[in-house]
Amino acid sequence: MSEQVFTNLTNSGPVTVYVKDGQIVRIRPLVVADGDMKPWTIEAGGKKYSPWKKVTVSPYILAERRRIYSDERIRYPMKRVDFDPDGERNPQNRGKSPFVRISWDEAATLVAKELMRVRETYGGSAISGITSSHHNWGIVGYKMGPFARFMNMMEFTPVLDNPDSWEGWHWGASHTYGFFWRLGMPEQYDLLQDALQNAEMIVFWSNDPDSTRGTYSGQDSALWRQWLKEKGVKMVFIDPFYNYTNAVMGGKWIAPRMGTDTAIAMAIAFVWITEDTYNKDYVANRTLGFEKFKPYVLGETDGVPKTPEWAAEESGVEARVIRTLAREWAAKRTVLSGGSRGGEGGACRTAYGTEWARMMVLLQAMQGLGAPGRSIWGTTMGAPFYADPWFPSYGEPEARMSSSTLVAKYIPQNPTKQRLWRLTVPQAILEGHVEWYGEGFCGKSLEQQFTHFVYPMEGHSEIKLWYRYGGSFIGTMSATNNWVRMYQSPKLEFVVNQDIWWQSETRFADVILPACTNFERDDIGEWAAINGYTVHASNGCNYRVVVREKKCIEPLWESKSDYQIFSLIADKMGLWEEYTDGGKTEVDWARGFFEISDVAKMISWEEFDRKGYYIINVPDDYKPTPGLRWFYEGRPCDTPDLGNPKRLTAQRDQLGTFSGKIEFESVSLKQYFPDDDERPVVPRYIPSWEGHHTKELFEKYPLALVSPHPRFSFHCHYDKHTDWLNDIPGHRIKKDGYAWWPARINPVDAAERGIKNHDIVRLYNDRGSVLCIAVVTGRVRPGVVHSYASSALYDPLVPGNPEAPDKGGCVNILTSPRMMSKNVPGMTPNSCLIEIEKWEG
Amino acid sequence: MVRLGLLIDITKCSGCHNCFLACRDEYYGNDYSPYSAPQPLEGQQWMQIKEIERGEYPRPKLDYIPLPCLHCEEAPCMAAATDGAVYRREDGIVLIDPVKAKGQRAIVGSCPYRVVFWNQELEIPQKCTLCAHLLDKGEKEPRCVEACPTGALVFGDLDDPNSAVAKLAAEKDLEVYHPEYGTSPRVRYIGIPKRFIAGEVVRDDMRGECAEGVRVTLEGPGGVRETYSDSYGDFEFEGLEKNTTYTLRVELAGYVPQTFEVVTNKDVVLGEIVLTRA
Repeated sequence: MSEQVFTNLTNSGPVTVYVKDGQIVRIRPLVVADGDMKPWTIEAGGKKYSPWKKVTVSPYILAERRRIYSDERIRYPMKRVDFDPDGERNPQNRGKSPFVRISWDEAATLVAKELMRVRETYGGSAISGITSSHHNWGIVGYKMGPFARFMNMMEFTPVLDNPDSWEGWHWGASHTYGFFWRLGMPEQYDLLQDALQNAEMIVFWSNDPDSTRGTYSGQDSALWRQWLKEKGVKMVFIDPFYNYTNAVMGGKWIAPRMGTDTAIAMAIAFVWITEDTYNKDYVANRTLGFEKFKPYVLGETDGVPKTPEWAAEESGVEARVIRTLAREWAAKRTVLSGGSRGGEGGACRTAYGTEWARMMVLLQAMQGLGAPGRSIWGTTMGAPFYADPWFPSYGEPEARMSSSTLVAKYIPQNPTKQRLWRLTVPQAILEGHVEWYGEGFCGKSLEQQFTHFVYPMEGHSEIKLWYRYGGSFIGTMSATNNWVRMYQSPKLEFVVNQDIWWQSETRFADVILPACTNFERDDIGEWAAINGYTVHASNGCNYRVVVREKKCIEPLWESKSDYQIFSLIADKMGLWEEYTDGGKTEVDWARGFFEISDVAKMISWEEFDRKGYYIINVPDDYKPTPGLRWFYEGRPCDTPDLGNPKRLTAQRDQLGTFSGKIEFESVSLKQYFPDDDERPVVPRYIPSWEGHHTKELFEKYPLALVSPHPRFSFHCHYDKHTDWLNDIPGHRIKKDGYAWWPARINPVDAAERGIKNHDIVRLYNDRGSVLCIAVVTGRVRPGVVHSYASSALYDPLVPGNPEAPDKGGCVNILTSPRMMSKNVPGMTPNSCLIEIEKWEG
Repeated sequence: MVRLGLLIDITKCSGCHNCFLACRDEYYGNDYSPYSAPQPLEGQQWMQIKEIERGEYPRPKLDYIPLPCLHCEEAPCMAAATDGAVYRREDGIVLIDPVKAKGQRAIVGSCPYRVVFWNQELEIPQKCTLCAHLLDKGEKEPRCVEACPTGALVFGDLDDPNSAVAKLAAEKDLEVYHPEYGTSPRVRYIGIPKRFIAGEVVRDDMRGECAEGVRVTLEGPGGVRETYSDSYGDFEFEGLEKNTTYTLRVELAGYVPQTFEVVTNKDVVLGEIVLTRA
């Protein structure tokens, strides 16, 4: 049989897929025909900058073939051997007992019966479940589609998403400069051009864009940073780890003690105030409450001037270094790169991480945020971008089969008002009571952050049926042994796990259903596009690429697409007609979404389907609108930031805060939580509850763990299911036939503990134990251990026992379940004290 | 005539491993005979990334040397092969014939760069082909180069003055990795890491301020080099010879000068150099 060539799309770039005899033999970055890509040009410093005519993907995408055919694929529907729905269910054996293969008919019937039983007995609110993020790409099959459509029909209790990865910006920065419609992230429009033309320095603060790559935009922005380096833009990196971007860019490395970044930020403000080097016009006209902030910085309110010497004592960074950084920042046009998307960064995922994120905005405000070269820019978005043509993306209701009024005839409505909070699901199940503030992704208003929730909600049931779809939280959430305990609780009467691969949570199910990848079904999508609360994210790519995701091969083994699985279960419940919207295939849905898009005006479905992709090029008469320049210049907003609710109103020259200005003293916090001393109305440096000031704990566990997002995998995806990656020593290191997760430790700390390079070590604290392979390196500051979050391999020495050390490297087992502060339900993985010892087995 | 070349700019390489993985995707389990037999799962990296960590806290450095077969003009593997099992094409690509090379383990051992691998199951030596099977079908570059996001890998016809590779070759100092092997590799490098010496100058009487602009000189083979500490008081001499003795002097008017004998048997991070008032 001759070779067939297909197009597809991943969470990190579009690809061309070669199939021979029904087998995928090759997956390349999308092969684009000559003339389809029209590169934009930025002129700066007498030079012209244009991207090459190609797409770049993240490394693991080039191993996608291996992931598709992974030995870790779930091949058949299965049932736990000691689970009997009509007799003993043995929930205590979840995670321990083996599984037996069953037929699809038996599996779907069993799941349908349990869903109906639980619903009839307790009501729909007793059913809950949650999906993974981003193990697949494509709007037809994405989690907000098939899963949500089905679960809404069940009238389930949705689990609110925590804005993981940027929680400090969401819960903190949004009260400083608005942008709640971007979940606390600043707009990034045309900031590449601004940086090339104007920036003299970039401060990467808790940001490793070469590893986190603008989330979904592959490695397209690596070239931009090469341009900036070649231009001689000075670079500074503030990070306890000498990160990969720092390594390739060079520049100054400043390594603070964990959890002390806010102290350094305060000291920078101190230098600017005392040396009179901040933008007083801007502070006077564009901000509010500086007079409340200044006395705190100067020590007039608490008797502690926030001098560089004071910050040095806290952070371990020399006062002279802080002073020089502050002076250069003021003197040079400086971009603040406070995380991959402008915001994010591990420093915001700590105790009181809101304060750091607020300070990032306020520092840049003191230097005229929005002025040329004075942006908050992650260096991974903000290429020239043709925003006009709309293509549906997963972040917006119209792009989901569960809610698209334009594509679906029947839209199931879920009347259940009860909610769970993702981070506290184990607590909710085990203790039966949880309270918190905030509606998850608070993208509609700042007020959403102040909504109070109680679980269980009056008139609703506790959760009895847990439907897990994709992913593995043991590698990504906090204190994750609690998830093990939750699964073994008799309160959960039935647990389904529907996934493509065996994940850390899969074994904790009663019934396992095998799903397929987006290479085995039909879909459609735009590269890196999110829309909704992250409008125009695809400006992190050099080109807008819309892809017809083709079914390249038949679903492997007995796997099915998620849509097909839910259709089958719905059929057993007599709901097939409603679920499938009258019998729609996945191609029907894909075509439906295509037809409502603006791309349908540029290319016909037939041609798009045949060619496999469409590239939206930047027009020749493109007019850049750099992010926040309008605000700096006191003009109406001119960026295409669609979510900005003031954009088309009389207040269109204002920010999204209550006052419309940048708020040193937050009006929204003052209104709702005037007495909160953990997220105070004016930001403060508050030492961590788990850090060098917590004397007893620190004596017992003197090392601070930093566990950032991984470089060679994505969340828990690719890692364990893609063993080619085990040949990359930055990812896993093979020793004695096992691929271990690395933990990086400074030579001084290693020597004190008799640890040598590539020794197997035990990382531990009161919450658990994890085995890793030691990498002894000068790339971490003394007192800090660096080990990436998101190991997909949960491999406890005693299966199903949360007390047993995990050999797989799920360091999240060690992290604290405590929320960021009393009214802020964000996670705090980077406030984590541990000890390390050589593991003798 | 076409003379193919691959240039690797180490200063641009970010260590992302796209090249390694693209190569694995192309060859794992895929038979491109007569160019190459399938690559096995374990033990073979036709494009390997050597991670070079230098220096120490607080001044580490990290570089990568992507290492494929270097397609040497004086290829020891050709000399070690019998029956013409290893041959060079007119364009310069050195290939191993998977049929003729069966059982010729000596080919693996002959390569000083250790970029030829033994396939236990097929009993053949295997290595990078620069994707000759794709180039012959009209592709412009090997998979590794296509996948590179930073421009660190540049491929093309060295004899075509308009090619990117020829322009880069004309513009930069090209280096041979391990020239002492004497094999005239066709694959050349830019920016192979050498030794560096770094430190921070601190004034004892002004510890709260960084010591910018302090003159630092380094005397060694090839004369005296001079630099000035930057705004943080940091200085660095890069590109030094290995295993060589240098004399480093830190001088600032009004302070007692300091002199260090430094041996570059490794990269040297001197840490804080504290100047006291004269």
